[in-house]
Amino acid sequence: MSMTQPTKPGDGAGARMLAGAGWRWYEVLFWLAAIGLFFIFGDFIPGIPTRLMLLSEIISLGLLALSIDLVLGYAGVVTLGQGAFFGLGSYVAGIMAKAGMGAFPLSDPLIGLAAAAAVSGLAGFITSFLVLRGSDLTRLMVTLGVALILAELANQMRWLTGGADGLQGVIMGPVLGQWDFDLWGRTAYLYSLAVLFICFWISRRIVNSTFGLSLKAIKGNALRARAIGVPVNARLIAIYTIAAAIAGVAGALLAQTTQSASPDMIAFHRSADALLILVFGGAGYLYGGLIGAGLFRVMQDVIGGITLQYWQFWLGLVLVLLVLFVRGGVIGLLEGWRDRMTRKGDAP
Amino acid sequence: MLTILFDGVAYGMLLFVLAIGLCVTLGLMNFINLAHGAFAMAGGYLTIVMMNRHGISFYWGLPAAFLFSALLGVILERTLYVHLYTKSHLDQVLFSIGLVFMATAVVDYFMGANQQTINLPPSLEGRVTILGASIGVYRIFTIILCGLLTIGLQFVLSKTRFGSRLRAAVDDGRVARGMGIDVTKIFAITFAFGSGLAGLGGALSTGIISMDPTFPLKYMIYFLIVISVGGATTITGPFFASLLLGVADVAGKYYVPAVGGFIIYTIMVAVLILRPQGLFTKASR
Repeated sequence: MSMTQPTKPGDGAGARMLAGAGWRWYEVLFWLAAIGLFFIFGDFIPGIPTRLMLLSEIISLGLLALSIDLVLGYAGVVTLGQGAFFGLGSYVAGIMAKAGMGAFPLSDPLIGLAAAAAVSGLAGFITSFLVLRGSDLTRLMVTLGVALILAELANQMRWLTGGADGLQGVIMGPVLGQWDFDLWGRTAYLYSLAVLFICFWISRRIVNSTFGLSLKAIKGNALRARAIGVPVNARLIAIYTIAAAIAGVAGALLAQTTQSASPDMIAFHRSADALLILVFGGAGYLYGGLIGAGLFRVMQDVIGGITLQYWQFWLGLVLVLLVLFVRGGVIGLLEGWRDRMTRKGDAP
Repeated sequence: MLTILFDGVAYGMLLFVLAIGLCVTLGLMNFINLAHGAFAMAGGYLTIVMMNRHGISFYWGLPAAFLFSALLGVILERTLYVHLYTKSHLDQVLFSIGLVFMATAVVDYFMGANQQTINLPPSLEGRVTILGASIGVYRIFTIILCGLLTIGLQFVLSKTRFGSRLRAAVDDGRVARGMGIDVTKIFAITFAFGSGLAGLGGALSTGIISMDPTFPLKYMIYFLIVISVGGATTITGPFFASLLLGVADVAGKYYVPAVGGFIIYTIMVAVLILRPQGLFTKASR
């Protein structure tokens, strides 16, 4: 069902590698299902509880995991600090909306998103120079260190961030001046979904471009990529900045839909959770983060409902088993299963 | 002033004993074990249980904590960790974070989430005055014990046959294997010993900092700072890094409590920017 791109003569390898980047039927199905969830859980059918706020949160988490996927799954940079940009975005959007008191320029959701993306992107750009250096361990440490410093800042700058209590009294203006955020979270869900789709579409364009291919080359072997003329450092700075901006958007989404921002959004476990979500869903597919976020939150709800306190144990167990036995997360599992099915079909 | 310096040194020495096992495993197998703090927690809680529930002396708690964590270490190393050596750093990070989560929940289940402390034996309580500064006896005990351990470790590493094999394996595992050194066995022993030291450190730290189930996560960052600042190839590097970190942390929290948390993170990031290989290692390659 894929649309193959027309191959121009003399452009063989690149075109061939980019072919098959069209939208597949299961991708369309995925997004249709996401819209369908709105009608199932949007308090339209009596008897089914409203779950749109939870779904909006899943979208925000999924977007954060997607941003990590760009850095980790495509460029191969290990990071434990993506939560820093997430938290930064949420504080930027929250503080702006609070200052705007619900009136047009500052409390407008889209302007808030743009500001969050700009600030987080800038922070990503500045810190990207630190990430260029050293080994995996150094990168882990530096990203973690930056996240910890930002978390400590958010905690200390009480006058701006509300300290440990979080930001209170965030009032959002209507989306596009038309739709107010409602009690059921209908606006929140559709707004989040639209933002997610746009960010996803941009990311998809990025990874399926020649730029994306060069990132994969860097992940495969940075030394060789440099040898064939890929400007490794510039590419890493670019993708790290883009991912930081997307993480900022994800944070802003959460702050806007929950109308609050707290140190919890910037804490270490946020980065760790997002990384787990991505690995759980499958890194390097773009969809991994989204599927992982859904499964993660549903699991958290189900297991948390049985043993609220010990949910961490099961999370840890899943992680350990995943690393030991499964490659590529849920999507990897599905892919392996599909490959086995087709092989069985081929056999006489 | 001298009191703070002394407290800082005691704290730093404690950090060194806690972290040294991780330094060696990281240097030896290039394995990122974020769950190292869980072994320290195991030792700490064993001491607490022995003392508070069974009334056993603190002095028995220390060797018991060492043995218990060492045993735990060798079991986990042989059954689980051994599968992870060839995997990517990301897998190792995820795996060990998973272990930390499980350890945290298990301790929470059996011991409760609240902080636990011990009553030190009378011989370790009280303060003495040295050079006009009032210093806790337990701090002195910690410094002496950790100092002896450090000297012992240095001796084992530099003077014994096992030490030279270990150093050979750290420098170049493949060549060491080629020379007929059983690197796998050396690693298992070192891992167990490092875990045991962490357990001992955990037991010691029950007297200075209290134990709660978030201990492995809270101190993970300290261990990593020790390694990244000190480098993972020597024992003196992490030692000085621990002392520096201990003194900086205690002094920072005492003099400028508002920015106390920033100091160590900022030092770490600065060191990593200026000297990615660590502060005390010779810049190689």
